[in-house]
Amino acid sequence: MTVTEPKTSGGVIGTRMLRKEDPSLLTGESKFSDDLVIPGALYIALLRATVAHARIVSIDTSAAKSSAGVVAVYTYDDLKDDWAGPMPCAWPVTADMKNPAHFPLANGKVNYVGDGVAVVVANSKTAAIDAIEAIEVEYEELTPVLDLEDSVSDSTVIHQDLATNSSYLWELIPNKDAVDEAFSNAVHTVEERYIQQRLIPAAMEPRSLVVVPAPFGGDFTVYTSTQIPHILKVMLALTLGISETKIRVIAPSVGGGFGSKLNVYAEEVLALAIARKLRKPIRWTEERTENALATIHGRGQVQDIELAADANGKITAVRVNILADMGAYLQLVTPGVPLLGAFLYHGVYDIPNYSFSCTGVFTNKTPTDAYRGAGRPEATYAIERAVDALARKMGVSAIELRRRNFIPKEAFPYPSAAGLTFDSGDYAANLDKALSILDIEPILAEKQARIDAGSTKVLGVGLSFFVEMCGLAPSRVLASLNYGAGGWEAATVRILPTSKVQVVTGTAPHGQGHETSWSMIVADKLGISPDDIEVLHSDTAIAPYGMDTYGSRSLSVGGSAIHLATEKVLDKARAIAAHQLEVSADDLEYSNGTFAVKGSPEKAYPLAAAAFEAFTAHNLPDGMEPNLEASVTWDPPNFTFPYGSHFAVVEVDTETGKVELVRYLAVDDCGNRINPLIIEGQIHGGLVQGIAQALYEEASYDAAGNLLTSTLADYLVPSATEFPFFELDHTVTPSPTNPLGVKGIGEAGAIASPPAIINAIIDALSHLGVSHIDMPASPQRVWETINNAGK
Amino acid sequence: MFPSSFDYVRASSVAEAISILANEEDAKLLAGGHSLLPLMKLRLASPSKLVDIGRISELSYIEDRGEYVAVGALTRHRDLEVSAVLGSSVPMLSHVASLVGDPSVRHRGTIGGSVAHGDGASDLPAAVLALDATMVAQGPNGTREIPASEFFLGFLETALEEGEILTEIKVPKIHGGWSYQKFNRRAQDWAIVGVAAVRNGSTKVSLVNMGSMPLRALATEAAMNSGASISDAAALAAEGIDPPADLNASADYRRHLASVLVKRALEEASSS
Repeated sequence: MTVTEPKTSGGVIGTRMLRKEDPSLLTGESKFSDDLVIPGALYIALLRATVAHARIVSIDTSAAKSSAGVVAVYTYDDLKDDWAGPMPCAWPVTADMKNPAHFPLANGKVNYVGDGVAVVVANSKTAAIDAIEAIEVEYEELTPVLDLEDSVSDSTVIHQDLATNSSYLWELIPNKDAVDEAFSNAVHTVEERYIQQRLIPAAMEPRSLVVVPAPFGGDFTVYTSTQIPHILKVMLALTLGISETKIRVIAPSVGGGFGSKLNVYAEEVLALAIARKLRKPIRWTEERTENALATIHGRGQVQDIELAADANGKITAVRVNILADMGAYLQLVTPGVPLLGAFLYHGVYDIPNYSFSCTGVFTNKTPTDAYRGAGRPEATYAIERAVDALARKMGVSAIELRRRNFIPKEAFPYPSAAGLTFDSGDYAANLDKALSILDIEPILAEKQARIDAGSTKVLGVGLSFFVEMCGLAPSRVLASLNYGAGGWEAATVRILPTSKVQVVTGTAPHGQGHETSWSMIVADKLGISPDDIEVLHSDTAIAPYGMDTYGSRSLSVGGSAIHLATEKVLDKARAIAAHQLEVSADDLEYSNGTFAVKGSPEKAYPLAAAAFEAFTAHNLPDGMEPNLEASVTWDPPNFTFPYGSHFAVVEVDTETGKVELVRYLAVDDCGNRINPLIIEGQIHGGLVQGIAQALYEEASYDAAGNLLTSTLADYLVPSATEFPFFELDHTVTPSPTNPLGVKGIGEAGAIASPPAIINAIIDALSHLGVSHIDMPASPQRVWETINNAGK
Repeated sequence: MFPSSFDYVRASSVAEAISILANEEDAKLLAGGHSLLPLMKLRLASPSKLVDIGRISELSYIEDRGEYVAVGALTRHRDLEVSAVLGSSVPMLSHVASLVGDPSVRHRGTIGGSVAHGDGASDLPAAVLALDATMVAQGPNGTREIPASEFFLGFLETALEEGEILTEIKVPKIHGGWSYQKFNRRAQDWAIVGVAAVRNGSTKVSLVNMGSMPLRALATEAAMNSGASISDAAALAAEGIDPPADLNASADYRRHLASVLVKRALEEASSS
């Protein structure tokens, strides 16, 4: 496919249309799971492990059972026959991957603080929570395994039946000898170790669910705050042994996910099991502290990266070894997250020799899984910091070194040494544009002037040039990675009798504005108002097919399916029009909602008439089915590869160690742009989360495995106050891999920004001898780094 | 994040609140709720009854009384922030109030609630300490005045006795320079370390989050009042003080920050 620009007729694509979702969200009309009024519902609450690693000696639930308002109290033993199998992990990355049995409640042993131990069912939320406090658990504590290198040593094995803490070793080493040779011939090398701290996704809406059983039919409606209603339906059916036809999953308004709701959680399985057992609606909404403890964490890696380069700084090889923290169990796609970055450790550079390996290890901490960027922020951070380290070592500018190594625009589609085909790009042009906006010379002059004057407020400039792979994903590629599902997306476009349009999508928006963007795609093609289009989604009874929303896939895969379905339905309308006008369909041109005979515009037939004709079916062409509807399921031929230059300018107070972000410039290339307003919103949100990783956030544990950052007073999610106005611009290199020419933008900010910030801090402090700092660059850490650099 | 169950009663006057407190062993006063309710949600506090004094309008005022400004205990942070009286006579108090929490906290929280809570990490207790304010308390035995220097006694512990209500804070007008240095990572947070400095004849310096309660930097004050240089005085900021350690700062880093911030505060207070 070589479409370079979307075929527009309506002039809607590319406009800054306000989001259709916002009035109902802003007025509180939108309903989230916890807002739903379900008569007769019972509430559940979980008793969670307060120790990181222990055998359960005894659980005494007798006092809780007699507590006011309590209906039932269950432990693992009470419910072990209520599910058909353990919690699902859909991504067995290797044939011999070790996957511990993971049940919604702990089976004799707890493996992280937050692990479910017992569940109370009560007639009010407070009664359930009060009863939790009455449950007595006796633990026999075991040594907690918290450090990744400690874990891999197997000095204490968490899951004894697996006999090791290593879940898997996954390697991507196309030619080991060539990599070794490149390193032995190298003139310059760097060898760096970086830490990707654990992060808490902290979606604004915590997880929340209501399971409503039909008392006689045996059907269940599961309302849940999820990114994946379709996948969840399949997984719940398999895990609980309930027919898929008996489960309807609805994701009402969902207040953010960032990957943390791309999962099948214990509470979803428990609520469904208990609803089936008691034949009552069951509801649960996570508390903020539970969100920190029992919703997945992101990142958690130790990264060793080496670069080999020739005398000119041309990088000849990259070698990467990762230790990845799985946490206590494998959640839905836990083991695969590092693999989403495994192909990108050469970044935007033409590096011929590639070696990547990753060992996934268990720890006595909250399970990890996908968090905004999932694997790609880690890869981008490692290569973009290592390239800066190489530039410092060679004494050349980090900008110049990047230019020497860029994949040239003539090389696209570019076959990478890691085995991917990069779709399109012009990296040098993007960097040129960013530099023209940044105006770096005065900043560098000011930086030097402050050093010369002995100022305690020093400046630094950091660059991150990122590329990511998104648009998950070609199903055959997923098969080669052992992923347990496809990567296609489904769409139906239905023109109703009154010519209003229904769009049914398998994507599951939770803040991305799909109702707006999908309306725009269809409106543009049909030449009608976006207001005349309704987007239906996130209900498996209404939109039965879908692969849901994650991995910056929804526009490039789901949007493309909608675009193609719109073309298909328009072809049918064209056939009706041709039949009515008694001309050949090829003789018709279509604009602004009307078919007209080429050269004879007075011979016209409106789309609305075709819609009504399809409804009455009084005079359709022979053999044509009534109704004006088309469905397309689209499997993308390749990933898409968005990229861009991100520059950070920081001021570091060398007395206190505090870093102030002075400027942040992002010049992104996400291919063709459907709604710039939504794109900018996505970039802003991604930047804030990425910069938060660089400066603020870390899930911290004490030596006993207690999470120290279990409230939002301790886990430092920054607010708007902490940020400057972001400077955004863009280049446009359409993707040739999908009919819209789009690439994806949901994760870009979070992927690009951490190394830009850290590179800027190191730049600001390099005259003091600083060449490394880990994230988050807290004031104390910066202060200590400065102190230690002098020694 | 859900408190234990409790009874709730709304008092319409100070006298009524005092009488309810006298008859209920485990009752707590509720003003703006921004100190007590978080503790209750974490179940670190479980009072049997909350006596809501938040709507007693007679305790919300800012009045110029000549040598000092009288601030009613239920005056909200936002009102301190925008007060013309404070703006001209005690601008530091307005400035400090503007740095508390976030806008929703400042529109709910009260100066009396914050001072009576006595949190060593809060801004306003340290501010009233450096300002040498006087607390006015009413109880079953009448009204008494407590100087700020005798008000804070320990971790969340003040000189208020059982059944007493803090009703007013008398804040001397500032005739010299002042500075408030709040160091934190996010604007909405408690200070990692904060410093209030007031040069009102003598120099008073108080410290935020350097101990279990708001503290005076006594060594620094003594040095300043005996003519030492700002640098020398600031180096003594943490003398005799054993600061806490937490995720944001080790004790050593806190001592270092205290010196840096005291120096900045004294420089600013001396230049204004």
